Amino acid sequence: MAEQLFLLLFNGLAYGILLFLMAIGLSVTMGMMNFVNLAHGAFAMLGGYLAITLCTTLGIPFLLCLPMVFVAVGILSAGLEAGLYRRFYRSTQLNQVLLTIGLSLMAIAGATYVWGPQLLTLKVPDFLSGQTRLFGIEVGTYRLFLILAGAAIAGALVFGLERTRFGAMVRATVDNRRMAQSLGINVNRVFRLTFALGSGLAGLGGALAVNFLGGLLPSFALGYLLVYFLIVVTVGGLGSTLGALAAAILLGISDAAAKFYAPQIASFAIYFVMVVLLMWRPQGILGRR
Amino acid sequence: MDNGRQFAAEFARRSRWRPAEVALWVAVAVLPFVFPDRMVLASQIMIAALFALSLDLLLGYAGMISLGHAAFFGIGAYTAGILASHGWSEPISALLLSGLLAALGGYLTGFIVVRLNGVALLMVTMGLGLLVAELANVMQDWTGGSDGLTGIELRPLLGRFGFDMAGRVGFVYALIVVFLAFVFVRRLVHSPFGLSLQGFRENPTRMAQIGAPMAARLRFVNTIACGLAGVAGALLTQTTQFVGLEYIGFDRSAEVLIMVILGGGGRLYGGLVGAFVFLVGRDVFSAANPQYWYFWLGLLLVLIVLFLPGGILGGTTHLAIGLRRLRQGGKA
Repeated sequence: MAEQLFLLLFNGLAYGILLFLMAIGLSVTMGMMNFVNLAHGAFAMLGGYLAITLCTTLGIPFLLCLPMVFVAVGILSAGLEAGLYRRFYRSTQLNQVLLTIGLSLMAIAGATYVWGPQLLTLKVPDFLSGQTRLFGIEVGTYRLFLILAGAAIAGALVFGLERTRFGAMVRATVDNRRMAQSLGINVNRVFRLTFALGSGLAGLGGALAVNFLGGLLPSFALGYLLVYFLIVVTVGGLGSTLGALAAAILLGISDAAAKFYAPQIASFAIYFVMVVLLMWRPQGILGRR
Repeated sequence: MDNGRQFAAEFARRSRWRPAEVALWVAVAVLPFVFPDRMVLASQIMIAALFALSLDLLLGYAGMISLGHAAFFGIGAYTAGILASHGWSEPISALLLSGLLAALGGYLTGFIVVRLNGVALLMVTMGLGLLVAELANVMQDWTGGSDGLTGIELRPLLGRFGFDMAGRVGFVYALIVVFLAFVFVRRLVHSPFGLSLQGFRENPTRMAQIGAPMAARLRFVNTIACGLAGVAGALLTQTTQFVGLEYIGFDRSAEVLIMVILGGGGRLYGGLVGAFVFLVGRDVFSAANPQYWYFWLGLLLVLIVLFLPGGILGGTTHLAIGLRRLRQGGKA
C-alpha cells in the first residue's frame, strides 16, 4: 500500500516536472506580452521530433541531443517572434488565437510530411532505461532522471529569475511593461530572449517527453497537452515560476492518482476541475492580477 | 419629428432584402441541381453554413470567442442519432428536439461564459468542449464511443419523401431548414436587440453604463446560438445517417471558427461563404493528399489574419467601395 502510494507520487512528480518544462514558456508569453500563444505546443512537438532525428538517425548521444534541441528550438522561435509574433502584440485576442491555431495546423501538417503520421519512439541509452532501487522500491530509471534533470532546470530558472540582473529585468517587465520601458529596459529584447528561452524549454520538454509518453505523434502539438499547459499557467498565475511549478506537480500527481483509482472519469474530471477553478478565480489561484 | 417612427424606419431599412441576397439564395438552391454528383457536398456546405452562422452570432455580433462550439453541434448530432437508433424515426420532431437540447446546454453554460472574458473565456469554452467530447467518448453504451453510432434509420420526410442515395431529398431538407434559420437570425440581428449585441462587441463598458442588461442578453443569444448549432449537428446526422466522435471534438470547433473568419464575421453571410470555400477547398486538396490539407488551411488562416482582417466578404466590400470611388472620380 505504502509502496503503491510512493510509486504514484513518484510517477506523478515526473509527469508534473515534464508539464512544467513544457508550460513555463507559455506563462512568460501570456504574462509579459499578454499574447495568447496556442502554438506553444508545436515547439514541444518540434523538440520531440528533432531529438528523434538527432538521436536515432544521426546517432548523436541522447544527453548531447538535449542541449542541441534546446538551442535549435530557441533560435527558431526567436526568428518566428521577430518575423511574425511581434506584429500581433497590440492586436485583438481573437487574431492571436487565429494566428497561432494557423501556425499549429501548419506545424502538424509539416511534421506529418517530414516524419510521417505513425507513432515514433526514441530509444534512450541503457543507463537511463530499466529500473533502479530507490528507498527499497523499484522505480523507472528514466523517470528518476526526469525528476532530477527537471528539478535542476527548475532550480536554475528560479535562481536566474530571482537572483540575476536579467531576471530582475524580466520580472520588472512582467510586472509593469510601460514602467520598465520608461526605466530604460529594452523590453522587446528582454521579451525575445525570454520567449526563446521558454520555447527552447518547451522543445527540451518535448524531447524528454517522447520516452515518457511512449512515443510521439504530430497531433501532440494541439492535443490534450495544450489544455494541461493552460491549466498550469492559469492555476499557477501568469509569470510566476514557483506557482507554475506547484500547479504542474499537483496536476501531474492528481492525473496519476485519477488514472489509477478512477480511470473512467479521469479523462474529463480534469476539464471539470479547470472550469470550476476558472469560474472561482479567473486570474489563477496564485495569480495576482 | 417622431423619434419612434424614425427608429422604426431605420430598422426597416436595415432589414430590407437586398437583390444580391436574393440572387445568392437562388444560386444556392439551383447550383447543386446543375452539378448533381456534388449533391452530398452541397448538403454539407449548407449544414456547415448553419453551424458557422450560429458561431457568427456569438463571435461576429456579440464579440464572444468560443473554442468549444462543437460541443453543442455534437449534442444535437448525438441526440438525433440516439433518438433515431432507439426508434424515434420521424426526422422533423427529432431535429427540433435536438436543437432544444443543445439550446438547454447553451442556456446552462451561459451562466458561466457571460461572466468571463479574455484568456479565461478561451480556456473555459475549450474546456467545456473537451468535457462534452470526453463524455461522448466515455458513454459508449449510448454513443458507440470511438466506433460511432450507426444504424440510423429515418422515416420519409412528411411521410412522403424518403432519403435517397443521391442525397437530393437530404439537400432540399437541409436547404429549407438552413434558409429558415437564416431568416430567423437575420431578423434577430437587424432588431434593436441585435444592435445592442454589436454595441457590446464594440464597447462593453459603455453598454453597461447606459444600463443595457447585457448579461441576460448574452445568455439569451448564447442559448439561441447553441440551439442552432444543435440543429446543424442533427441535420448532419440525419443526412449522413452516422454520428462519430469527430462531430464533437476540438478540431470541429477550430474548423467552424476558421469558416467564420474566412468568410468574414459579423456579416451574416460570412459563415456561408466561409463554409463554401472551406469545404470545396478541402474537397479539391484532400483528393490529392488529405494529410496536407491542414497545412494549406493553416497558411490561409495566417494570411487572412495578416492581410485580410475582414475575411472574404470584408475584402470584397473594400474592393466594391474602392471601385465605386474610382468610378465617381472618373466622372468628376
